[in-house]
Amino acid sequence: MKLNERSLVCYATCDSPADNAGFLSKKGERNTAYHRRWFVLKGNMLFYFEERESREPVGVIILEGCTVELCEAAEEFAFAIKFDCAKARTYVLAAESQAAMESWVKSLSRASFDYMRLVVKELEKQLEEMQRGLAGSRSVQRRSPIYRKTKPALCNGCAVWNNAPCVDTLPAGDGPGGLADSGSGKPPVCPGTVCFSKLHDWYGREITELRREWQESHKL
Amino acid sequence: MRYSERELLSLSRQPAEKAAEILMRAPKKGSVLKKRLVKLVVNFLFYFRTDEAEPIGALLLEHCKINKEEENVFSISFIEEPDRKYSFECDTEEQCQEWIEALRRASYEFMRRSLIFYRNEIQKMTGKDPLEQYGISEEARFQLGTRKL
Repeated sequence: MKLNERSLVCYATCDSPADNAGFLSKKGERNTAYHRRWFVLKGNMLFYFEERESREPVGVIILEGCTVELCEAAEEFAFAIKFDCAKARTYVLAAESQAAMESWVKSLSRASFDYMRLVVKELEKQLEEMQRGLAGSRSVQRRSPIYRKTKPALCNGCAVWNNAPCVDTLPAGDGPGGLADSGSGKPPVCPGTVCFSKLHDWYGREITELRREWQESHKL
Repeated sequence: MRYSERELLSLSRQPAEKAAEILMRAPKKGSVLKKRLVKLVVNFLFYFRTDEAEPIGALLLEHCKINKEEENVFSISFIEEPDRKYSFECDTEEQCQEWIEALRRASYEFMRRSLIFYRNEIQKMTGKDPLEQYGISEEARFQLGTRKL
């Protein structure tokens, strides 16, 4: 099966932050000797390099539909990544300390796209419920339709919570992350030519008041 | 770079977020549009010959741009090679927009930013970190700003 390998290599080696990185010993598939490799976890992709400075990964393990568990092995601090599918390979890895092993097991077991999606949906639901609760408690007509929308600007592929001076000059930090083309349609946050910082202040005042009311009514 | 075909194959059989028969053209010069079954599963876009059970290929949708091209057409390109485009021609403009929307949300990185956004919003409203109840507030992947390892 073809795979966009060049892009994967770029994803693995570019500056974007990794969710975990470190040396692990990997048990060979046929030759059962362990090889020390530099591992980098980004999203649901676990890349491994021959050396920390290598320019290209030796390989990648796709972390979907797998379980991570401790296991008995020739090496200390060993754990295994197991897949559900038939004849699937089990990857046996060994960390260099108890703490490293625990850190890896934790980050790998939560690395799947499905897990991330679950957490996002849960938070999205919580936020929607809060906003609906607030909308109900206000009898005055709302002037800002954006507040009822639950996904402000997210369909543009970027989160717009940072207080950038203008909506069309979002910081470069949002750059190489699948940002939508600016021709993708109206950004829902910005009606007409209102500058983002003005919008931010405008909503900010309303939000502060609403939050105060909500907290009072819920006696947090 | 080594990767497991078995893992990919197994993934391609999972329930899809979205699937359709779409005309697809590879980035290579001189490529023609071919009818493919295109299937979106997590952050992978698999493409099959319409009568085959195994995909011809897969695209990992990280660090990519989904571009609207001419009518009914969108393309996928990757950051390191913006001119190299995989083109897709849909039946209708509506279908085209639906795919663009779905593909833009299909990356792990997009979801991470969404999560951080919602977390931040909820924290602002309630003064509490919503991830605390799950015991995952300290996880590196949920942190705002640069994470150094």
